[in-house]
Amino acid sequence: MNNFPTVSILFDKDVSLAQAVAQPDCLHDLNLDQLIDAITGPKQEYDLTPFFYTPLRDPDTVRYRQEVMRDLENESLIEHIKAFSKGMSTVRRYLGMAEKLDFEYHRMGWTLEAALVYCDTVMAVSPHLATDSLRSRGLRAIREYVEQYVSSPSFQVLASEARQVKQALEEVQYSVIIEGGKFRVKRYEGEAEYGIEVEKTFEKFKQTDAQDYLKRIPERSGMSHIEAKILEFVVKLFPEPFAALTHFCNQRFPFIDERIQTFDREIQFYLAYLDFIADLKRRGLPFCYPQLSAASKEIYLYDGFDLALAHAHRYNQQPIVLNDFSLQDSKRILVVTGPNQGGKTTFARMFGQVHYLASLGCPVPGREARLFLFDRIFTHFERAEDVRTLRSKLEDDLFRMHSMLAQATPESLFILNEIFTSTTVHDALLLSREIMAQLTDRDVLACWVTFLDELASLNEKTVSMVALVDPEDPARRTFKVVRMPANGLAYAMSLARKYRLTREQLKERLSP
Amino acid sequence: MKVFLLYPDRDFDLSKPLPPLIEALERDLGLDILLNTMAQGDRFLYQVARQVLLSIQDDSAVIAYRQGILEDCLQHAGVVQQLYRIPLEFLERKRKYLLWISLRHSSPGSLLSSARQLIESSLDLLRQLRQIADQNCKTFASEGFRRFFRMIQQELNDAYLEVVKGHIQMLRFPHGVLLRVRLGKGNEGVDYELCKPNGANKNWLQRLFTSRSHSYSYTLHPRDEAGARILSELRDRGLALTANAVAQAAEHIESFLHILQWELAFYMGCMNLSNQLTAWGFPVAFPQVAPTSEHGFSCRGLYDVSLALTMGNGVVGNDVSAEGKPLVLITGPNKGGKTTFLRSVGQAYLMMQSGMFVPAESLSASLCSGLFTHFKREEDGTMESGKFDEELSRMSTIVDHLTPHAILLLNESFAATNEREGSQIAWQIVDALLEKGLRVFYVTHLYEFARRCYEEEGEKILFLRAERLPDGTRTFRLKEAHPMETSHGMDLYRRIFGVERQKSMAG
Repeated sequence: MNNFPTVSILFDKDVSLAQAVAQPDCLHDLNLDQLIDAITGPKQEYDLTPFFYTPLRDPDTVRYRQEVMRDLENESLIEHIKAFSKGMSTVRRYLGMAEKLDFEYHRMGWTLEAALVYCDTVMAVSPHLATDSLRSRGLRAIREYVEQYVSSPSFQVLASEARQVKQALEEVQYSVIIEGGKFRVKRYEGEAEYGIEVEKTFEKFKQTDAQDYLKRIPERSGMSHIEAKILEFVVKLFPEPFAALTHFCNQRFPFIDERIQTFDREIQFYLAYLDFIADLKRRGLPFCYPQLSAASKEIYLYDGFDLALAHAHRYNQQPIVLNDFSLQDSKRILVVTGPNQGGKTTFARMFGQVHYLASLGCPVPGREARLFLFDRIFTHFERAEDVRTLRSKLEDDLFRMHSMLAQATPESLFILNEIFTSTTVHDALLLSREIMAQLTDRDVLACWVTFLDELASLNEKTVSMVALVDPEDPARRTFKVVRMPANGLAYAMSLARKYRLTREQLKERLSP
Repeated sequence: MKVFLLYPDRDFDLSKPLPPLIEALERDLGLDILLNTMAQGDRFLYQVARQVLLSIQDDSAVIAYRQGILEDCLQHAGVVQQLYRIPLEFLERKRKYLLWISLRHSSPGSLLSSARQLIESSLDLLRQLRQIADQNCKTFASEGFRRFFRMIQQELNDAYLEVVKGHIQMLRFPHGVLLRVRLGKGNEGVDYELCKPNGANKNWLQRLFTSRSHSYSYTLHPRDEAGARILSELRDRGLALTANAVAQAAEHIESFLHILQWELAFYMGCMNLSNQLTAWGFPVAFPQVAPTSEHGFSCRGLYDVSLALTMGNGVVGNDVSAEGKPLVLITGPNKGGKTTFLRSVGQAYLMMQSGMFVPAESLSASLCSGLFTHFKREEDGTMESGKFDEELSRMSTIVDHLTPHAILLLNESFAATNEREGSQIAWQIVDALLEKGLRVFYVTHLYEFARRCYEEEGEKILFLRAERLPDGTRTFRLKEAHPMETSHGMDLYRRIFGVERQKSMAG
């Protein structure tokens, strides 16, 4: 099968694209580092982090991935592909185990198991790829490859031989008679099981299902000298099936196809992400495929949320608050104000996360979105003072801002969270105006969380967003961030209505 | 073999959670004292009594079934105690001979032998059970006990007890174990399974000559300790299924006895309570049960059983007839017996619906589908607004769990704000509840609210007032009467401050 062109499910053209090994800087501030750890955590064996550390710049490659992702939202397809991955993982485990075994027939036994699982796995997935509903270029190419591979003579022979050898071994039944320090091995001669008889006698006392006292003996990858001795006797009692096993192993090993293996790794990128968001989707949180552009900076997101926060709250009932943003025409900068702990930072993280996730080709948290394909994301979040530097905090803030602005291009994204908090308001305002001018000059997209109301209406590029509180109970945050001038506005709500105890609410609640 | 002493057709479902918000109900109704009397210091009895009492049962057939059994118990206390000792004796032996079956630490071989011993030690107790059934099947009157005794006689007949004895002997394996094995993954032996040797009933000489099949044998070197360990591991693997079966058999016997103990324990608790109340001269009666939909409630001499058990005497009972009145509104002076009455209503419902007698001379009531309390929380140090907020939040939680035909006991609810606001909210809530067919007993000081109820829904409401004689003394009895404006807090004030005030005036 080596004359078949290379197929990658992650890259439409440049398969050899260098994959980042190091984390981009912005991941920590956006909580994307923990998010990526949580996404890739269950799939350590595939080493997926390089894929997640490499944002894409080519809208076409992003679309290539979005297509695959959409195809995989078909539940039956994704289940079959997961079954395939599980099978492949088992194959690798069996082979790894067989390598270390001492007894010949034991080792060959596990090699045969690996071959059986491999054939079943590949054959099982093939018909499920052959559906008309596949739209993605990536999965269609894989489908074509798998079809050819499965129908190739070498694969067919492998599968049928493995089955025959296994069947003959399965038919073997023998008895071991243990008495004191002695045992005897003979062919099994139809002796009746005793446990069933006991069960029947005492069944009448049964109230509910009794607990299971059965000792589970784990699948073993070792064989003691006693078991080896028993196996040796069994080989003598049943010579033919073991001769067939030896022949199979000599002829057919090794048997795994390289491209099948690559597909198995790359598809995990999609499975990991979809698995990760599945729980949240079930809780009713929206996800969507954003439109992406590397040219237009008109962006919006409706009903978005901070994915890391939603993940952290996945076990409690606390509802996740959905927020919107939108930058039209010449608007470029979201300025977020409002009370502390009001959801401003969460909002800023959401802004960064959706852009980053979109650039990987993933669906983003939100109902509908149009986003920009950035070249870099620059973040400046409040940090604990670093005692190793001799700079003051303000100095450090300015130093970092300067370095970021020096590297930035008009395609960059800025996310600033409460900078210049360590100086007077007067100074902070002056400095902020300067920074704002620089951002405006470069025409970058930005989200800026600040306690300075004045920044919200500084120039024609800013849009003012405010984190709301509950007017009934100012201690309670709504975590709702809305587009409005930078001053809080209360909406009234009676206490009874809050607890849905007015007459009308109650009648409705008590209606069947 | 089913015990079926709490339901005619099923076991008591222990896994079924108690109704929602039960902790509040338990505390508000002061059930701890009642349960302690039923338990007489026995934690198991306490737990059972609590579980049955609180799992509100609204099937009148089940209630009648339990009432019948309870009557038998009160009639034949000696036999019931004898019956109850059988499961206790089993537990005692299990403890004494260390016969518990441990999952984690024992191999199938030792599991099998301890399970076998457990079965062996239950054999004579099963015989005793048969004997009690033989002796009493004619004298008990209730459907529940008659069925139980009949079942024991059928299932534990002599032939069956012999078969059990036979298995106990077989499971000692006098001739070694024969295990059937298959080849599993990697050619490792799997499905090790204990089988009965062909011709297991012949003697050893016969077996020697009939066994002609080809075999290979191996004897371990005496110093091959690892080998011996592995061999016994293989033996254990083969015994696993049978050990499981024997352990489950032992568990089945134990669980049968356990359910017997559990279900009898409820009646033991009822007997304890009855003994105590009768000894102190408090009346008890089996209630008349009316269908759910009728809003029926009439009682004579209904008293707070927990108060009675605390005081020993001097507890006042109430006569109330609230037939067809979905709302009972109770007003009147503080410390006048309002809360006590509310408690006695709640206790009577719980006791009636668990099949017990009730603390009254007589009582008839329609069944409820759920019982909820919303009592003023006494120890609440928070600000007024926070307290009101808490009250509403608690009410809202109750509403989440309300079913049609549920009963709500409200005790000074929504009073943590000014009267006008409290009355407005109370009115909105009660009005909606009544419209949806729920039943409410409401102790309140909200005059504005009481007045509005009287004017707008008068015919649906029974108004009760804590009695206060002209000289200010309280009788702790409730009388049918219209709401009055003052709650007589001044009375209390005078009584408590009066003396000091005179003193200070004198000084």
